[in-house]
Formats: sequence, structure tokens, C-alpha cells
Amino acid sequence: MAKKVELVCPAGSLPALRAAVDNGADAVYMGFRDGTNARNFPGLNFDERAAREGIRYARERGRKVLLALNTYPQPQGWNIWTGAVDKAAELGVDALILADVGLMRYAHKTHPNLRLHLSVQGSATSYEAINLYREQFNIQRVVLPRVLSMAQVKRVMEHTDAEIEVFAFGSLCVMVEGRCYLSSYATGESPNTCGACSPAKAVEWRETAKGREVRLGGVLIDMYKPGEAAGYPVLCKGRYEVNGAVSYAIEEPTSLSVLDILPELVRMGISAIKVEGRQRSPAYVAQVTRVLREALDAAERNPDTYTPRSDWVAALDKVAEGSTHTLGALDRAWQ
Amino acid sequence: MKLALGPLLYFWSRDDVLAFYRQVRDWPVDVVYLGEAVCSKRRGVRLEDWLAIADELTAAGKEVVLSTLALIEAESELLTLRRLVDNGRFAVEANDMGAVRLAAGKVPFVAGPHLNAYNCETLGLFRDLGARRWVMPVELSRDTLAAIQACRPAGLETEVFAFGRMPLAFSARCFTARHYNLPKDDCQLRCGDFSDGLVLNSQEGEQFLAMNGIQTQSAATCNLIGVVSELKELDVEVLRLSPQSRHMDKVVGAFRAVIDGTLTPQQGIDALQGLTRGEPCNGYWYGSAGLAWLEQGEVSEARAQSGG
Repeated sequence: MAKKVELVCPAGSLPALRAAVDNGADAVYMGFRDGTNARNFPGLNFDERAAREGIRYARERGRKVLLALNTYPQPQGWNIWTGAVDKAAELGVDALILADVGLMRYAHKTHPNLRLHLSVQGSATSYEAINLYREQFNIQRVVLPRVLSMAQVKRVMEHTDAEIEVFAFGSLCVMVEGRCYLSSYATGESPNTCGACSPAKAVEWRETAKGREVRLGGVLIDMYKPGEAAGYPVLCKGRYEVNGAVSYAIEEPTSLSVLDILPELVRMGISAIKVEGRQRSPAYVAQVTRVLREALDAAERNPDTYTPRSDWVAALDKVAEGSTHTLGALDRAWQ
Repeated sequence: MKLALGPLLYFWSRDDVLAFYRQVRDWPVDVVYLGEAVCSKRRGVRLEDWLAIADELTAAGKEVVLSTLALIEAESELLTLRRLVDNGRFAVEANDMGAVRLAAGKVPFVAGPHLNAYNCETLGLFRDLGARRWVMPVELSRDTLAAIQACRPAGLETEVFAFGRMPLAFSARCFTARHYNLPKDDCQLRCGDFSDGLVLNSQEGEQFLAMNGIQTQSAATCNLIGVVSELKELDVEVLRLSPQSRHMDKVVGAFRAVIDGTLTPQQGIDALQGLTRGEPCNGYWYGSAGLAWLEQGEVSEARAQSGG
């Protein structure tokens, strides 16, 4: 009998954390209120008091708390990041989610008993990479970048004893996480350096005669006709002109959803599935957690007869970017 | 200060590749990175060909380094990686942590620009595993470089990407194939039609990115020729020039002349005027948006010109 798959849900705030726990998350992940994590947005995340309260709330209900420290410290800010590692150890989180090799080195040396996960921002796409992190820092779990097909995920799992976590739902990164500088190219700030992709302060909306313009760092990334739905502007999901044709040249606004393939993930022996969205509302977290809890329970109970219920699909599409979903790279045809 | 020719990032025909590197023998570059770093489906030039080019360049007095693929997904790519690492003659540039693992303790390696070395602890690990040089990620600034140089581990050279369209992202998806509505598994190697990438413009005609198969590059061409003296003062040992399809001999010559002091930085900038594939940019160097072109820390351009 395979181990149960852990459902890992986003906590951008205390209300979101409670929503995740109350709706069936096995673990929540959160970040401190600064650039040490990849969702460094105004008004989000946890100061020390909120972190203690969140950990207490989850623990009393038998759930785990993971802390994301998944940006890349530069020498000028090194002490802030190591301070965050020390603080997390003192708070007693169940695991740290790290991306930077230097920080892993520090954490492994300074807090040898602290469980470490490799963040998706660590860009480990092969078992050779994963095994390096395992050998050097005793990484226990790896979150896979959204670039591998199902067959490739399987292959990775056959060649490592690290636990594997994959994304189950949420906004889809089209590029290999941790190695995308599109945001800093246009705005000066990237997920790696500042914990923000397409930072809000660089976004500019403008009504013009031709329609509603949205710019990022001054670059026109999309233009909406009156009445056309507009999402949060990220560079890789804008409309551009290539060879005379305007299109979503990189990717449409869409969300990842693995609802269709949950039984396969369960059979493969995936350790955890993750929901993206620490920047989203507690209502989103509640909704997505509830649906995935039900779906995962169903897939584990009876993988052979599992089919995604239409009300699950509808509920997830309602909160999905572009109100639509894809398997992303897991499905070879998407690539 | 040494000059390096970075790995060729585009899919040129075998004849063009061979012709290009025949010229390189006579260029004033010290280090040449060879091999396919972007997509494993590009098989016009085989490993045997690269090794033959490597021998010729070595005979011409160049230090040769074999670059590995930046994004490793398939088992076949790991096989190629192992063959590269086990080549027995040349150092490798590790562009992925899997490559670091395979090279560690076996062959001296260069920690490539896609490894995310943002601090000295990270460099310390790479050095301990056998790195002898690291290439700074393109998004880092002069100030960060200065801070890293102050604490970098002994025995590790620093290389900075100083010229060319910058690699900004990698994906499982091939954007060139997508542009032609082709599935990646039947991409027909259309990236071969674009010797410097396929430019993606904003809807108001500003050149923004260049699609190069699964790699996304800046449409603008990074050009640090104006700050060569600052790079020298920061003890940077190597400057990387990334090949473009035309005028590369002149680019190399201008950088060499500025390093040697036979051209001033301003003369260097002037010499490259009109020779870069995209508009010049240097914003990252100043801690600004990468696409910007700034002079003496002052925003003069990039966007203003294009009306943004």
C-alpha cells in the first residue's frame, strides 16, 4: 500500500492558513514578510507573531507547516536570509523550502536536524541534480519544476529516494522556475532576486482609444478590447507580435490542474501535491483545498474508477487564471 | 583580462558552424566554449564534430571548454551529458546541477551562468566540488559583483556576460515550433531559420524578446564595452561574448582593443554602433531593468526611444 499523498496548500496570511487547514490540507506553506520568499507582495505573508499563531493553529489540528525561503540571497543581504533560517528553526517549522545552494549549505551546517525541501525555484529537473542536493544537504523532498512530462517524472522517481512533490493546481509558470529573468529584464525585479514576478509597482493600466493597455516596466504586454476579461499581467502570458501576427506567443492565461491524472500520480508514488497561490484570497484557498481534498481522497480510495466530478472541474475553473486549465508539460502535447 | 567566446546558442547549419570556428582560430579570444547548450534535438553538429573543432582551437592556442545543456529533461540528455563529462581532454561548463554532480571530483569545471550562483557560500560549494571559474548570472548588478568579488573563494575565476542577446529563460515548450503551430516532437527544426533568434515585439512595435527554441532571450543586445575598466577594477578575469551571426570579428576586436587600451570605452561603444543584432542594453549592470541602456548611471534610453 502506497503512502498517502500529502496535500500542500498555500498560506499567504493567517486567514488563508486557517482556510487551508479547515478544508483539509495536510500541510500549509508560508513565508516571512520580506524578500526571503518568492511571493513577496505587499500585505502578504507572516511576521513572527502571525507565524507562531499559524503554526499553533495547524499543529493543534495535526497538520504540518512548511516555510518557504526560496529566493536567492546576494552578499549584501546574506544575514537577512540566514536570520530567516535561524528564526524558522526556532519557530519549529516542519520543513524549510529552500532554493539557494549557499543557504542550504548554511541550514544543513547550522541546523542539521531541520528537515529541508528543495523548492521548485531550485530547478532540479533530473535525478542527477536531485541526488546532488541529497548528497550535499540531505534534502528530503524535491518540488519538481513544471517542465517534465509524466514519463519523465516517473523516470526521476525511479532513480532517487527523495520524496517528490508536484504542482497540482494554480497559475502556471511556463518557464523553468528559478531560471527565468523575464521579470527583471522588464522591471529590474525577479523571483530570484526580489521574490516577485511582474511586481505590482511596475504594472501600469491605461485606457486608450484603442482599448485598455497594460504595461510592465513600460513595455506594452497586452491590450484589451472593451469588455474583454483582463487578468493579472505576467510577461509570459501577454499578447505580442511575431512575424506580423499578434497572439499569445508564449502561453495563454491558464492554470495548471492535475485533476484528470490524480490516480496516476497516486500510483506513481508521488509524496505530495501542491497548490499554488499564496497571493490569492482565503476564499480561493478554501475552494481549491476543498475540491482537491475530495478528489485526492477519491483517487486514493479507488484509483481505477476515479473520474473527476464536473462540479470539481467547474469550481476550479472558476478560480483559474483565464478560467481554463491545462496539464502543462505533464502532457507532452502541451510542449 | 581574458576574452571568451560563449557557446553558440543558435541552430546554425553544420557548414556555418564549421566556417565560424575556422575564423575564430585567428581572433583575439583566449577561451572558447563549445557545444549545444539549448536543445538536444539540434544534432547538425555532433559531439565528434565539436571535439574536432576543439582540437583545432586548442592547436590555435585557445582554452576550450565544452558547454552542457542548460535544461535536462530526458534520459538521452543525461547520456550525452555523461559523454561530455567523460571526454577525457577538455573541461566542461556545467549549466545544470546534474552536470555539477557528474563533473564533481572528476573533471575541472566552469560553473555556468544558469547555475544560480548569487552568493559566496554557493561559490564555496562549487569550488569544493571542483569548479575553477564561475559565470555570473546575467541579472546581477555591478554592486552584487563587487560584493561577491570581496568574498569569493580562492582559486575561482570570475567571468561576466559582456556581449550578446542574453538568455533569460528556458521552457519545456519550444516557442519557435509553437509559432508555426508545430508540436515540439515534430518541430522540423524551424529554429534553424533564425540565425539570431525570432524576435517578439510588443503590440506597438518595440522589440522585446527573441525566441530561440526552448530558450527565451532578450531582443536587446547586452553590451558592457563601456564599463570594461570597471570590470577590470573588480578583478574580473574573463569577459564572455556571446556569438551573433554577423560582425562577431569586429565585436571581438573592439573588446580586445578596449581591454588593451588602444580604444577608449567611448570609442568602443562607437565602434559597436550598428553592429549589435538588437538595440544595446546594460541595465542589469546598474541594478536596473535589464533592457535599459544607461550612461554613467543615468537612464538615457531603451524605452524613451521607442515611445514607452
